[in-house]
Amino acid sequence: MSRPFRITLLLPLVALLCALAWAGFTPIHVASREKLFEIPRGTYARRMAGDKVEILPAKIRLTLGIEDILLLRNLDEVPQVFGPTIMMPGQSFRLPFERAASYQFVCSAHASGQMTIEVEDEPVMPWERIRWRVRQWREKQAG
Amino acid sequence: MRRFIPVLLSAVTLGAGATAPAPTSTLRAGVLSPAMPAPSLALTGTDGKPLGLERFHGKVVMLAFGFSNCGEVCPITLATLAGARKKLGAAAGDVQVVYVTVDPERDDAAQMRKFLGSFDPTFIGGVGTRPQIDSAQKSYGISSSKIVHADGSYSIGHSSSIYLIDRTGRLAAVMPYGHPVDDFVHDLKILLRG
Repeated sequence: MSRPFRITLLLPLVALLCALAWAGFTPIHVASREKLFEIPRGTYARRMAGDKVEILPAKIRLTLGIEDILLLRNLDEVPQVFGPTIMMPGQSFRLPFERAASYQFVCSAHASGQMTIEVEDEPVMPWERIRWRVRQWREKQAG
Repeated sequence: MRRFIPVLLSAVTLGAGATAPAPTSTLRAGVLSPAMPAPSLALTGTDGKPLGLERFHGKVVMLAFGFSNCGEVCPITLATLAGARKKLGAAAGDVQVVYVTVDPERDDAAQMRKFLGSFDPTFIGGVGTRPQIDSAQKSYGISSSKIVHADGSYSIGHSSSIYLIDRTGRLAAVMPYGHPVDDFVHDLKILLRG
């Protein structure tokens, strides 16, 4: 194997190892622990018109210590029920989580009327951090 | 004069701090923002008086919905609320628990009074006709459904959150079911300061 060929092969490998080391060993910092979702204006009207549009994901994933506060904003013209409460138009609901678990909520912004919130423990092991970062990246790519 | 400016500013800051409402962002419950007046209740209290929430202005109200034949959720919720009042000590005098039935067919004032009294004699129940109860449930986004058993008896599945209403009658926060006594004590102390 020629030297230039070996270097060409090694460089991406080293870069990948460096990226994995960074993703695994660097503590996760986020600008805000709040994960924001908005119920857009006209949601109720669209639903009444027969549009089964999904405004919010059926499952929301939160991570303790990093992103463990759910922030919902009702920008619609009518009240919306989210699990434990009713949100008036223009109102927001900020719900912190302190325990890892799966929470089932009634949610009128969903066509199914249900919403699941998965709260996970804070990733502390390197592979957990890598997995968390990969998932975040994927979610961002998916928009 | 210059040396008086910082003193003046400090006094203004301290004064503002003394009158500003307690920061609800530190609550362990879910916080509604902006806080709006809690929907009124056109019900009768188990103490025989009308249960308009305005009669509790000046107190922090913990409002929840349930029924006296409930075997699981309601006893846990009520025991938790009673535990929180007990831990608050003298400050509990400024906290009122209101528990509204979702089962008006079986829960009259006497039944609810007996049920609630077994947890804390200061608790006040809310009773009324089916349309009155439906209206109260709707205004708080409470869902309930009857589950009929094989022997003909029934239970009721219902929303089980606890609404925290501040001293001025605004619906400030909502504590989902399952939080421990200490979380209530933590939040009540903040709301009582407000």
